[in-house]
Order: sequence, then structure tokens, then C-alpha cells
Amino acid sequence: MTKPVMRVQDLAVTFTSFTGGLLQRKQRQLRAVDGISFELHAGETLGIVGESGSGKSTLARAILGLIKPGRGRVIWRGEELTGLDEEELRQKRKELQIVFQDPVASLNPRMTAGDLIAEPLWTFYPNMERRQVDERTRGMMKLVGLLPNQINRYPHEFSGGQCQRIGIARSLVLNPRLLICDEPVSALDVSIQAQIINLLKDLQKKLGLALIFIAHDLSVVRHISDRVMVMYMGQAMEVSDKTNLYRKPRHPYSNALMKSVPVPDPKLASAARRNSWLTGDMPSPYQRPKGCIFNNRCPYRVSRCKVDVPALRKMENEDWAACHRAEELDLSI
Amino acid sequence: MNSGVELKDQGLEIKDPFAAALAAEDIRGRSLWVDAWHRLLKNRAAVVSGFIMALMVMMVIFGPMLLPWEGDFTDWDNTSTPPSAQTGHWFGTDAVGRDIMVRTLEGGRISLLVGLVATLVSLVIGVSYGAVAGYYGGMTDRVMMRIVDIIYALPFMFFVILLMVVFGRHIVLIFVAIGAVNWLDMARIVRGQTLSLKNTEFVEAARACGVDHQSIIRRHIIPNLLGVVMVYVTLTIPQVILVESFLSFLGLGVQEPMSSWGALVNDGAQDMESSPWTLIFPAMFLTITLYCFNYIGDGMRDALDPKDRT
Amino acid sequence: MALLEVTGLQVEFDTPEGAVKAVNGMNFEVNEGETLAIVGESGAGKSQLVMAIMGLLAENGSASGKALFRGKDLMKMKPKELNTVRGRHIAMIFQDPMTSLNPFLSIEKQMTEVAMHHQGLPRDEARAHAVEMLRAVRIPDPEERILQYPHEYSGGMRQRVMIAMGLLCEPELLIADEPSTALDVTIQAQITELVSELRQETRMAIILITHDLAAVAEISDRIIVMYAGEVVEAGSVDDIFYRPQHPYTRGLLASVPRLDRVSDDELQAIPGNPPNLLELPSGCRFRDRCVEAIEQCSEKPPLWVSADGRVSRCVMEMEGGAIEPASEEAGGAE
Repeated sequence: MTKPVMRVQDLAVTFTSFTGGLLQRKQRQLRAVDGISFELHAGETLGIVGESGSGKSTLARAILGLIKPGRGRVIWRGEELTGLDEEELRQKRKELQIVFQDPVASLNPRMTAGDLIAEPLWTFYPNMERRQVDERTRGMMKLVGLLPNQINRYPHEFSGGQCQRIGIARSLVLNPRLLICDEPVSALDVSIQAQIINLLKDLQKKLGLALIFIAHDLSVVRHISDRVMVMYMGQAMEVSDKTNLYRKPRHPYSNALMKSVPVPDPKLASAARRNSWLTGDMPSPYQRPKGCIFNNRCPYRVSRCKVDVPALRKMENEDWAACHRAEELDLSI
Repeated sequence: MNSGVELKDQGLEIKDPFAAALAAEDIRGRSLWVDAWHRLLKNRAAVVSGFIMALMVMMVIFGPMLLPWEGDFTDWDNTSTPPSAQTGHWFGTDAVGRDIMVRTLEGGRISLLVGLVATLVSLVIGVSYGAVAGYYGGMTDRVMMRIVDIIYALPFMFFVILLMVVFGRHIVLIFVAIGAVNWLDMARIVRGQTLSLKNTEFVEAARACGVDHQSIIRRHIIPNLLGVVMVYVTLTIPQVILVESFLSFLGLGVQEPMSSWGALVNDGAQDMESSPWTLIFPAMFLTITLYCFNYIGDGMRDALDPKDRT
Repeated sequence: MALLEVTGLQVEFDTPEGAVKAVNGMNFEVNEGETLAIVGESGAGKSQLVMAIMGLLAENGSASGKALFRGKDLMKMKPKELNTVRGRHIAMIFQDPMTSLNPFLSIEKQMTEVAMHHQGLPRDEARAHAVEMLRAVRIPDPEERILQYPHEYSGGMRQRVMIAMGLLCEPELLIADEPSTALDVTIQAQITELVSELRQETRMAIILITHDLAAVAEISDRIIVMYAGEVVEAGSVDDIFYRPQHPYTRGLLASVPRLDRVSDDELQAIPGNPPNLLELPSGCRFRDRCVEAIEQCSEKPPLWVSADGRVSRCVMEMEGGAIEPASEEAGGAE
């Protein structure tokens, strides 16, 4: 196999907050990302799925250096990003880009679509001629399916889906090699979500991008990912090849996530619901369960789960799962 | 210079049914400013106030030139005369026979000038100071805001009197004194706005695009807090005019023969019983101005911050 | 008699670009104990529709038409009267629970006050009632958790609290505007389950508003599909899911990503963008995004109505339907 473009090793992010009064200040540690490792190849898509609070967005920001990780390394094409200073990291933004969740909020309402898309060019190529910038901006708009004659319009004059296209054009204008999409469709109408997913998939093929696609819904990442990582409370529960995961998940949590996807069929829906059993909320991040962090919500737990922390183990076919019972459970769909 | 970015079209087919529109001319965008302007024009109170203020400015600038009297001309034939067209003193005269109309208009020049200049000073200092403190945060913010707190704690009147004693009474000092105090409020407001803007997704997006700090403040932070600042400015101008009037009323303001609305009201108040017109006319001009600015400020607030966008 | 009967409802907004008709002549009814889902993309007017009925339109909006609730027209009520109806007989839940809860008051205070005000219960009874409602929406340890503040609840729990507050006065009608859209799929599934249990346990009628057909498959009796302020199709759940008539409904169904089917390489999307009410095409409003559009679509499509209440607005004939001669515009004009 070829060398991966990105290697993430044991990455961890901890937020510290203070509670209590002035005199008895207590420090609380929130482990948002807790030892994540993966490799990503050129042209490959990794899907990252988990509930809110699972640390998936924090992970994305830590990979890009927007948040300083507390531990671990991010190696991008042989260079360690985690060791770079602010300016060196800023130069790397040409290669590593991100698309945000809320298409409207992530665009400055006072700038035109054209200016928003051109801004990275102004930043990194300040001497570029105005005509060239304009040409490139219009080219990008066409590429993402926007009409170039709308270059002078403002974000509020576009629909949510169109705003997300502006966001994508903006993050691709510098020809990056890695694009991280942080829930790029969850704020959009279902009818429009597929447009954006298909667009990203097309662009990836055309531009040979490595893609990290984050979502809270397993059904959304299915069509775009090659591999999927399922995260829970900052840890990887399962990292599997797409076909294997959707046929036979290894971790009870992956299974639970799949079961909660609504089915657009009144008869099947109620049947699926009867089998759904993921109850309760994620525990407070300050009171992490002992043993397996998923044990309090897991229907398959045994006494061992409350004591031993399961490691992320290799199953057959390059799949990984962090469950004591991964081999014995049959969770096939 | 070669940019290093490939400029070739990556050639993806557009599935849009309006492919013909590709060749069409650029559509003009409608910025939030334009939107706000249209909303402001629909606010009758604000529009009328704006009109009156424009008229007022014209009057105080050109009025004294057109009138036959000089501000310091003493008409010994007509001292303390009530308003009358016969004498040519439409607003009457004061105890030493000076025309109230020309004095009111000339006083307006000073009052409005003080309002504008002092506000402008506080605007420039306050916005840059507040934006920097809010954006960088941390130690920078703490030190900068403590300085603001310290200046804030100085008693204003004490400060003014001190200035007067050291430098003597001069109109520039009034600008300095008022501006020096007013920028503090502005800095605090701007800092608060910046703090919340700093955490918005579009600022994070700009950071993720590699945009440097200065450009983020210039392109993303300041344009987005201008709305609040503009509203605050329109409400600060009347406030400054009032402070100046107050200073003049205490005798710390502009000096004869120059005058301001505050000084005129002060003079007029002393002769209130014998010649009320010396009080009424300057007070009227002052009040109208204050009302107008407040209406404009309110209108701008509503226009810039619509509760519902559909 | 229907619990809620809406006829010729129109909603108009006054914007800088001119008047925008967000809802253009809606007719529908909700019967007791029935769950009605109103489905459509953003800009379909589905939220504005219920806001108009509830008298909660933004300042620049105006509504006309009739909305008879138990025979009384909500649109003609005085604000005070409407307030009582809103609190006691119709409850409403919004997408973002945090904006509807007061962050400075404990859940106990907020819920008890509602019960005391609308039902005239003494404090301790009101409190007991509130605890009972929290238990009904499956909040664990309601006795303990009622003392907490909104920020101590997770997103899903907050939405449960909102539902519990809605249920406090035992309303006859619950209107939920995208109640689970902002939540994780896992929590969405829980809310869906909760609603489906409530449907069985109470006689309450429910109006669900959503952009996601899949989310209401299991929990609705009838569905209205809206596009650009108009009904494009209406019918029973089975009609809509198994025998969709309108190309738009079919598009909405196809765009739901599914795990229970072998995946195609391309996901199906409805092309184009959600309707911009200022730039609607002539004739059929969906025409510029419709994959099945033909020439006749440039003219106003007929409204097909069948005896069992199915409705479709399309040039294509609806089975067992007849063209409604006077379409809603007539009703809205009076």
C-alpha cells in the first residue's frame, strides 16, 4: 500500500474549566478527544460519526491546529504539524482546509460571495492580479455549481445549500490536498443534502483530495466514505471499511447508531423501532464510566465491561473495534 | 508574478437548468447596509428627524452669513427687545442688545461641532482600542480594560477643572475632555461585541483559511460591529452636546464672545423673567437637536437589527 | 366536527423587495386524536402557517383566512383570548428548546408557574403535576431533576422538558415545529418514540412540521406536502409513502439516505434550490426543479381532489381524483 498522506497518532485534547467560588476553585478536566489514531491516504475518504459531544468536531480542529492538542502527533506528508508555530501552521492552510457545519453562520454576512471565495487568494497570493483573482473565483463558482454572475451577491441572498457551495468553493480555491467537512449537510434540508454530498464526492474524484467527512448520522456518510470511524466520548469505538461496517458492525454503539436512522417507510419504521434500544443520554463528560465508556448504555454489557477498558483491537480485514465482545457478538444487519 | 495556483477550469458540468444564465451579466448584490438603509427610509420619525437635522446644519453654517447682524454686534437702540420683525431681531435681543437669532445659530455651530468632533475622537480611539482588546483577549485584554477602568474612575468634573486650570479655558480643551471620557464607553461596547464576534463561525472559518489577525479584524470584525457603533454614535452626539451645555452652564465651557447653546441657555436663564425669549430660542434649538438625534439613533437601531428576516 | 379547520389561509410578509406571499391559500383540518405532518423544504411556508394560526407572526407579516378551533375563529380572537387558547388548549414546541426556556429559572419554577396560571392549581399540586409530566416524557429522577436549570439538561432532555411543559395543561392540540431537527439521530429516535407513545396514550391531536419525511413515517396519520406556500400533495401516510402522486413528494422520498437498501453510487437529490418566493416560475411553482416537467407545466396546474381526501396539484391526473373547480384562491379572497 502507498504511504498515507496523513497519520494521526494518539491525539488528545483536554479542556480545563474552573468551578466553585474564588476561594475553592476546582479544576475540571474534560477529555474531548482521548487518544485517536488513524491514517489517511490520498484520494481516500474517512467518515467520522458520533453524537454531539463525542469530540468529532474538536478532533477536526485539532488536526488542523485550530486547537492545540494536549498530546499526540499529526503527521502530514512526513512533517509533524503539531510541532509547528503559528506562522508555519498558517502556511500549511494552503494544503489543509475545512468546510463548516452551518453554511450561513460560517460566511461573513458583510462580504460578497466573490470576496469570500477570493479571500484565501488575497491572503496567500497578495500580488496576484485582480483579473486573475476574478477569473479563478468565477471558475470556482462554476466548479461548485454556482452561477458566476452571482459573484456580487451577499450570503443572505443565497439559500442554505448555495451558501454551503460558497463555503466549499472557498476552501478549495487554494487547491488543498486535504479537506475536512465538519457536518457539512446537517443544517440543510434533506432534499438538498444529497446535492452537497454528491458534489463533494465528484470534487474529490476530480481533484484527488483526501477527505475527512464528519456527521452525526451514519446514513449520511455511507455514500461518500471508504472507511468510517465511530466515535464516542472522545474515543474511537470502531474503525471499519464501509462495506463491512454497514453489513456487520463490530461495536454495539455502531449498531445503535445505525438503528436510530429513521426509515422512510411507515411499516418498516415501527418494526425497526421495536429493536431500537439505545436509551439515555451520553454520561456527563466529567464523570466518565469506569471500564468501557459505553457500558452504561450498552445492552450487551457483561461484568467485565465495567472494569476493564477495551482496547481498539484489530479484527479481520483491517477493521478495528474497541469492544470486549466484538468477536462473539453478531450484529449483522 | 506567478501565483502558483492553477487557473484552469476544472471543468465540472453544472447540472443547473439555467445554464444560459452563465453568460448573463453579473447580478448586483444587495448588502445588509442597503437593506438597513431601506428600512431606515421607512421609519418616518427617523426620516423627518434626518431632514430637520440637515436643515439645522445648513442653518447654523449659512444662517449667520445671511443675517444683517454680527454675533458680537451690540444694538444699543434695542436692548432686551422681544422678537419682532420691525426691529429686524426676529428672536429678540439680549440685555446688551445682541441679536439672539444670530447668536443661537453661531452657538449651534459650536455645539454641533463639539458633538461631532468629540464623538469622532471617541469613535476612532474606542473602536480600535476595544477591537484589539476583545480580539486578542487574555492578558492584553485584561491590562487594556483595567486602564479603561482606572480612567473611568476619575471624576469627570475634577478632570475638566484640572485641565482648565493647567491649560486655561480653550475650546480645544472641551473636545479633549469630552472625547477622553467618551471613548471609554465606546471601547467597552466594541470590546463586548468583538468578544462575541470572535467566537462566530465565520471568524473561525477565516482563521481556518489562513487569514492573518489584522485582516480578520479589518474585514470580519469591524464591519460587523459598525452597526452597533453607528447607533451608539448617533446617541453619543446629543449626549456630548448636553455635556458641553452643562459645562457651559457651570461656566467651564466656551468663552465670550463665542457661544454655544448651553452658554446661551445659561445666559437666558438668568433673564428668564424679564426677557424669556433669550432662553426660549436657544433651548428650543437644543431640544429639537437632541430629539432628532435620538429618533435617528432609534431608527438606525431598528433598521440595523431587524428581529425577523424573512 | 374537526378540531381545527383552516380555510383559505394566506400569509404575506412586507419585505424591502416587496410583498412576499409565504402561504398562498391553505385548506386543511385536524381531527381529534389525529397526527398531521406538514412536510416541506425551508421556504415552503410550513412554519409561517402555524405561526399565523397561533397569532405569532413577525411584525411585518399579516394573515387572512379562517382557522376555526372548536368552531371559534383563532384569526379573529383578541390577543388576550388567543393567549388563553395558546396556553390551555393548544401547545407549541419549537426547534430550539433553549430559546423557549428561561435560563435563569429552574425547571420547577417554570413548569409550576404555568400550571398555576393556566389551571389555577395551588403550588404543591402544580408541582406534583409538573413532576408527573416530566415522568411522562421519560425524564429519569424527575423529583431531582425538576430542581435543575435548563443548561444542566442535554439537548434531547431539554426538548423533553419542552414537550412536558406543552403537555402540562393537557392541551387538545400540540404543534411541534421541527422538534428534533437540531438533535442527534439517536435523540431524534427517542423523541420520535416518545411522540408515538403519547399518541397512543392521549387523545391529543398533533401537528408535526418537518423537512424530513423519514422522521414522520412512523408517527403520523396524514401528511401534507407543501411547496412554495401551497399544498402540492396531501393524503394518508400510506398514500404518501407507498403511492406518492406528485413528483415533488417522490423527490423528497428519494432524497432520504437509507441504510436498509443497497446503496447506489449517487444519492438522489432534488435539483435546484428551495423555492425563493420572489423568483417563482410561472405556472407550476415546482416546474424549474421537476424532473418530469413538460410544456403544459407553464400553466397553472389543476388541483386534484378525491373523495377520501387525497390532494395533488399537478398536470398529471390523480387516480380517482377530480379537478377542484374553484381552487383555494377563491376562499382566500374574501
